[in-house]
Amino acid sequence: MSEVAQVGSLNLTTDVLVIGGGPAGTWAALTAAAKGVNVVLADKGYCGSSGATAPSGTGVWYVKPDEKLREEAKASRFLMGGQLAEHRWMDRVLDRTYENMNKLGVFGYPFPVDEQGNPHRRGLQGPEYMKLMRRLIKKAGVRILDHSPALELLADEHGVAGAAGVHKQSGKTWTVQAGSVVIATGGCAFLSKALGCNVLTGDGYLFAAEAGASLSGMEFSNAYAICPTFSSVTKTAFYSYASFYHEDGSIVEGASSKKGRSVLARHLLEGRQMFAKLDGAAEDLRPLLRVAQTNFFLPFDRLGIDPFTQAFPVTLRFEGTVRGTGGIHITNESCGTAVPGLYAAGDAATRELICGGFTGGGSHNAAWAMSSGSFAGEGAAAYTQSLGQYAARRSPVGCSSSTLIRQEMRPGAAAKTEEYISAVQDEVKPYQLNLFRTEQGLTSSLNRLDGLWKEQRNREIQRSPEGVKAREAEAMTATARWMYHSALARTETRGMHKREDYQVTDNSQHHRLISGGLDKIWVKTEAVNKERVLL
Amino acid sequence: MIELVSSDRCIGCNVCVRVCPTNVFDMKDKIAVIARKEDCQTCFMCEAYCPVDALYVAPQADWSVEVDEAELIASGILGSWREEIGWGQRSGDTMAERDTTPFFEVFTEQYRGK
Repeated sequence: MSEVAQVGSLNLTTDVLVIGGGPAGTWAALTAAAKGVNVVLADKGYCGSSGATAPSGTGVWYVKPDEKLREEAKASRFLMGGQLAEHRWMDRVLDRTYENMNKLGVFGYPFPVDEQGNPHRRGLQGPEYMKLMRRLIKKAGVRILDHSPALELLADEHGVAGAAGVHKQSGKTWTVQAGSVVIATGGCAFLSKALGCNVLTGDGYLFAAEAGASLSGMEFSNAYAICPTFSSVTKTAFYSYASFYHEDGSIVEGASSKKGRSVLARHLLEGRQMFAKLDGAAEDLRPLLRVAQTNFFLPFDRLGIDPFTQAFPVTLRFEGTVRGTGGIHITNESCGTAVPGLYAAGDAATRELICGGFTGGGSHNAAWAMSSGSFAGEGAAAYTQSLGQYAARRSPVGCSSSTLIRQEMRPGAAAKTEEYISAVQDEVKPYQLNLFRTEQGLTSSLNRLDGLWKEQRNREIQRSPEGVKAREAEAMTATARWMYHSALARTETRGMHKREDYQVTDNSQHHRLISGGLDKIWVKTEAVNKERVLL
Repeated sequence: MIELVSSDRCIGCNVCVRVCPTNVFDMKDKIAVIARKEDCQTCFMCEAYCPVDALYVAPQADWSVEVDEAELIASGILGSWREEIGWGQRSGDTMAERDTTPFFEVFTEQYRGK
């Protein structure tokens, strides 16, 4: 516990606080506001441009309520996900996504129209989508705090009751006391510069764990995207049309985006540059690809490269849990957690419920964001309403595991933070540690990560923009530890989790791995509910 | 990463300072300046929002490159992303309206060339 939360420069009281202003956060805010409660949304960047969705284009898991189509949709990732998804959750996410996409059309999203005049609702363009979401929540009366990263949650003995943070541009602190909190801070991509992902540093995981919540599926955290070496634009799906080449122009045998990503990784590990060319895409398809994911072509256009006919250098860029599926453990159908008053949505929450251990990237994550955001927004609103008069009489304190102070940090603190960040990156980015997992690699990595955690944990952190970076470093360190402890516990290969020393799937490990703890990390198993109904 | 704020074009509207998710810009002498380039994540959002196409984000994410404003203007690159999204003055329709392609996973299966 840190010092009692002091009165910040901005001191608000509200019914529901949403942390994070991407798709999940804005849907949570919109849905909560529709229930008639007051909502504040704090984003560490700018709600509308922040996060993985805004700069990109994404398919959405939008499937008409037709039995056959739905069954096919549910089956699409079920086996690849190691059979860890749950039908009940897939059904409700498909239902809610269908409903929300249709609402978006009504709210003014410019869906294209086919020849018969029917709207075509298979995907969303990020800039347009998030601009609209911002407009919608403002219209609904949500108070938006931009550039306002949270530093910690506030809680009392009854549960979570707000958060405190800092406004990055003015350096002023803020405190929002709330009946309930929705964490929608995204996943953790460890500042790897994958498109839009540098605001996603696992902050919400740390906040949730500090408040006593658990995580789930953190072993499914080693997503790597195929990406031009020079670029931030990660769009692995396009590489299903690619051939991969050595420097001398000969084909890289066995390399492909779907099954042969490890071949690429092994070549890169040997220090051999690889090249790709999308020469598998037929001429007539090329213009369609351009329309579907225009931003894929942006870096190429700017460098004068035609990716269909010219080879360009590629690498595997780490995307951590953003396109993995691990996250905060959901314990009920409102996307609640084990802590009263605390809800999780979007990539901050586990997506195993709909994707199992296979990537949530693209359509599934987009569907999960809008539906889990809605579930959490409704749940949080109802929870606050159930508190009644009691909500106003609480005196919550900060949950940060490191002491947060108002005074300046010691000289050299910023440089120390940079050191911690690159030390964590050195543990999670290397393919030999994270993609090709072994007991030995994970154990030695954890020794170093535990040391890093101890060192940071004893630092005093200022409530300032610099302190935000220090908290991000802590969040990434904690995230790496949950990841590797879980990866160590799963002595098999399942979904994206691949153990070099246990290369097959072990039927006796068809369960979830729940993890938690800060100074001491624990991992336990939980049965996968085939029909989890907790209404 | 962000390489250019055109001082000729910038009207000091503060939009980039507001919308950059990683807070890279500051206002100085009534125009925007790149204050924290190392924090740029190459997401192109500032370009999309800049109302006068004064910004250029080079595609290189991890290293800085020299750019020439006159060349960027001559080649039509400056402002091209905003135009593509459909937020520019000359844009006829939006990227969102143009995207009539089928669901991506179905799409890639159907059209795989090999």
